[in-house]
Amino acid sequence: MFSSSSFTRLFVHTGALLSLALLLWHASSRQLGADPIREATLRTGKAALVLLLLSLSVTPLHLLSGWKQVIPLRKTLGLYAFGYAALHLFIFVYVDYGLVWFRIRAALLGNTYVLVGLAAFLILLPLALTSNRWAMRRLGKNWKRLHRWVYLAAILAIVHYFWLVKNVYTQPALFAALLALLLMLRLPMLRPLLSRFRQRSRQVRKAR
Amino acid sequence: MLIKTRKSYDISSAEITPERLYLSRRQFIKGAAALSATALIAAACSPVADNAPRGRAATTGTEGQTPGAILATTDELGDPLTDYQAIVSYNNYYEFSIEKEGVAPLAQNFVTSPWQVEVYGLVRNPGVYDIDDLRTRFDQEERVYRLRCVEAWSMVIPWVGFPLHKLLDQVEPLAEATHVRFETLYDPQQMPGQRRRSFNWPYVEGLRLDEARHDLTLLATGIYGKPLLPQNGAPVRLVVPWKYGFKSIKSIVKIELVNYQPVSLWMAAAPNEYGFYANVNPSVPHPRWSQASERRIGEWGRRDTLLFNGYEAQVAALYAGQDLRRDF
Repeated sequence: MFSSSSFTRLFVHTGALLSLALLLWHASSRQLGADPIREATLRTGKAALVLLLLSLSVTPLHLLSGWKQVIPLRKTLGLYAFGYAALHLFIFVYVDYGLVWFRIRAALLGNTYVLVGLAAFLILLPLALTSNRWAMRRLGKNWKRLHRWVYLAAILAIVHYFWLVKNVYTQPALFAALLALLLMLRLPMLRPLLSRFRQRSRQVRKAR
Repeated sequence: MLIKTRKSYDISSAEITPERLYLSRRQFIKGAAALSATALIAAACSPVADNAPRGRAATTGTEGQTPGAILATTDELGDPLTDYQAIVSYNNYYEFSIEKEGVAPLAQNFVTSPWQVEVYGLVRNPGVYDIDDLRTRFDQEERVYRLRCVEAWSMVIPWVGFPLHKLLDQVEPLAEATHVRFETLYDPQQMPGQRRRSFNWPYVEGLRLDEARHDLTLLATGIYGKPLLPQNGAPVRLVVPWKYGFKSIKSIVKIELVNYQPVSLWMAAAPNEYGFYANVNPSVPHPRWSQASERRIGEWGRRDTLLFNGYEAQVAALYAGQDLRRDF
């Protein structure tokens, strides 16, 4: 029988892979438009950002609801976010720039959004590599410290998004607002408030 | 000191048909027969494309439309023309949509006739030109130009139109005129993007008078041998091939001769990112990204961006003594 948690897991895996499936389907049937490389880059970048924010919303969701079964999803979503970020980087370096180093260097040089995106990826890389029990045990207390860097990676990812847009900032601003909310809910002074909210809603439910 | 000035009777090098193009006319005539056969095949295939989900043809409103007769098949550097479908479906035209592929569907019903262009300001003969007037009074010629977007993608486009200097000669700019200011139609009813407050509409662009008088500077009324489609700036737009695409203002209603450097829409929106000149220059990056390379639509991978978009020989003299980093 399906437990509710394995159902959630199935849902998360399907949702996370949907974007990739669509990308592959559209790429193979030439439906990525006039500039397929740009389209593929944008799609994978956005998928990475969405999944990263979803991963960051697991903890607040747990605090608010008390559901324990959502906690493992944080890792799953985080790894998918990394996967899309890696694909995003691969498309940039290999498909777009064809591994031509002098061109890649020109794209990286100076104060460009590419550099910020690369920084976000380089932060996510060790986090993805240490997303296993063995690394958790090895790192002990440091594991948590290391994984707090994800907040910076998310901020950089959104700066990266802001900087590539030409003056119409609606979408990146929405992502930024969401991230700000998710980070705020983690502030030590707000945590007791969240659990109090949870308890109160539980009491209300019981009273009915 | 020798000061070289261009006389009106001088034939600019850009006007002389390159030998390669001249020779390719013969090839074109041969190709034309093949082309009409291809068109038939394309027409036979089009229902399939129309049924495809998210099919390009179904959304652009260009079903069954094929490019008209064109003379050239490449630009003067030998690079092939960009596919017609890409040119009419992939557009930066924020007046309609900020999504490049969202422009064509929204622009479909844009009214381009009747249309008038007012030419005024510091001129001896101001006038209001009807679009049909512009098409008939000035000989229309085909010009194959590279278009380099500031976003680092590019196309090769066969425009139809006439050099702006022909119109300027008619209105006779006064001696104190130094710049030309252009304005796009302001009509939020028809152009939903103009309801967006991110920009100070209408779209404004400007050129220095010598840039405006350069023979490469074109007022385009057509593309691929046909009248312009709304998404490409119908019924009349500017094409300045050595500058980033945003300088080539679309759907023009006003051309004013002025004695100051106009502030363009992009300059007003982000003065540190978009300058007045906006000459294509691989060594002057946009503050947020490099301009060293570009993606040619229809090609895989990248190519190096050329100084003045490959028109250095024709236009570099306009900027002699100017610091291109400062005057970006």
